[in-house]
Amino acid sequence: MKLSLRDVQKTFGSNHVCKGISLDVQEGELVCLIGASGSGKSTFLRCINLLEPIDDGAVYLDGQDIAVPGLDPEPVRRRIGMVFQSYNLFPHMTAVENAMLAPRRVRGVSRDAIRPEVSALFERFGLGDRMEHYPDQLSGGQQQRVAIIRALAMRPEVMLFDEITSALDPQLVGEVLDVLLALKADGMTMVLATHEMGFAREAADKVCFLADGRIVEEGPPDVLFTAPKQPETQAFLERALK
Amino acid sequence: MTIADEGSGKPARTRRQIYEDGLRKRSLMIAGTSTVAVVLAIVLLVPLAPGWAAVKKSFFNWDVFSATFPKLLDAFLIDVMIFAWCAPAIAVLGLLIALARDVRNPALYPLRIFSAAFTDVFRGVPVVLTVYLIGFGIPGLGLPRPWNSPYIWGSLALILTYSAYVAEIFRSGIESIHPSQRAAAESLGLSRRDTMWYVILPQAVRRVVPANMNMLIALQKDVALLSFIGPVEIFRQAGVFKSLYANFTPYVGAAVIFLAITIPATRYADYLMAKQRRDRS
Repeated sequence: MKLSLRDVQKTFGSNHVCKGISLDVQEGELVCLIGASGSGKSTFLRCINLLEPIDDGAVYLDGQDIAVPGLDPEPVRRRIGMVFQSYNLFPHMTAVENAMLAPRRVRGVSRDAIRPEVSALFERFGLGDRMEHYPDQLSGGQQQRVAIIRALAMRPEVMLFDEITSALDPQLVGEVLDVLLALKADGMTMVLATHEMGFAREAADKVCFLADGRIVEEGPPDVLFTAPKQPETQAFLERALK
Repeated sequence: MTIADEGSGKPARTRRQIYEDGLRKRSLMIAGTSTVAVVLAIVLLVPLAPGWAAVKKSFFNWDVFSATFPKLLDAFLIDVMIFAWCAPAIAVLGLLIALARDVRNPALYPLRIFSAAFTDVFRGVPVVLTVYLIGFGIPGLGLPRPWNSPYIWGSLALILTYSAYVAEIFRSGIESIHPSQRAAAESLGLSRRDTMWYVILPQAVRRVVPANMNMLIALQKDVALLSFIGPVEIFRQAGVFKSLYANFTPYVGAAVIFLAITIPATRYADYLMAKQRRDRS
């Protein structure tokens, strides 16, 4: 098992956001988390790469518990890439500098050494002519693709995507989802919180429906979308697919 | 109905543009008329005041002005010099203090306390008092030359006071950067220090450039406070001339020189601030 979460608990003050979530993700699998806003999807993703320290439970990456209190989170985060809803590019750097910063500082690779690899990523995802642009000179879809490239430049083993198409105009969603399909073809292990039911249905290996800080139901998309067992799932899908 | 001027080849102006041009012309007229009226009133009325002849003679005496102005300019070079070494020192110390207030390492806790106390103390004491206390107090320890120079200790007083303000400006800049930037940097595995240095600080420093420009302008003026502890800079030089000529015009000359620097600088700071607002909207 590439990634395995056991009974993850997270509270913010009196707000119990993750009420014991367990999830297994196999190498090369694409897992989609669906559910209403506020169901705990984003927080759960942030717990996986330790952006939020978890209160209780365990996170296993390649069988090793990475959520041990006191463990340095930095080496773990290098192995898990994350992309955010609002892109979060560094506005004072060009696209290519955004992508090269972490390899340079964390992996200690020089600009010259990392540039070919990063350029190849830009070319591959159709941004070869946008490398020297600043984020505010790029469209939302382009910014989000740069954010994905920035995460990929660290050669992560797992990628987390937090509603990465939610802030995009509808006509730009496709270009970002295409990147995910390409990564899936590469065999990348991915966990995706999304409202794109069509994409989840077509591309996911497993879909998890979250509500109120718990996984209510999980299964392969053709089962979960066509024959959900739980009434809560049925109600949610009825509304979401309308 | 259109207002297109057929045949002239000019792009047609819309009804809205014609209306707004009319408004603009009208407000320009009103502004011009009222400004002229106010200026005329001042020019005509002030000389009617009973003491005007005396004031004119002792504050706006052309002969005294032209005799003292070149020397005042020379003295102003001392202000510029003091400013030139204080400003970079303030930038560095202010930044260090701002960063020190965020250190997490428990061993460095005293540093954190110290920087908080530092900003409280030096923002709380009038600059002129700090200049007196440090400028007279430290040389009073009996330091040998050149270490008893008022230039050194007066400058230090300015540096300490202004660093306290600048540190607060930097800190507000750092806090104004959205937490999502930190999250993005940390998710890439960047250390706290690299996150601060490569991601947060460059954005924060840019954001507070206009505020710091205002501090520079204030500093430029406060350099004159060093005159109280010795250096014959422009303010003190003007005082010397005042006694010599029994006339206040040298002070006006000094004010003119300060304004020649601070007005363009203020305009530039305002321009930066306006540009920043435009860029962010």
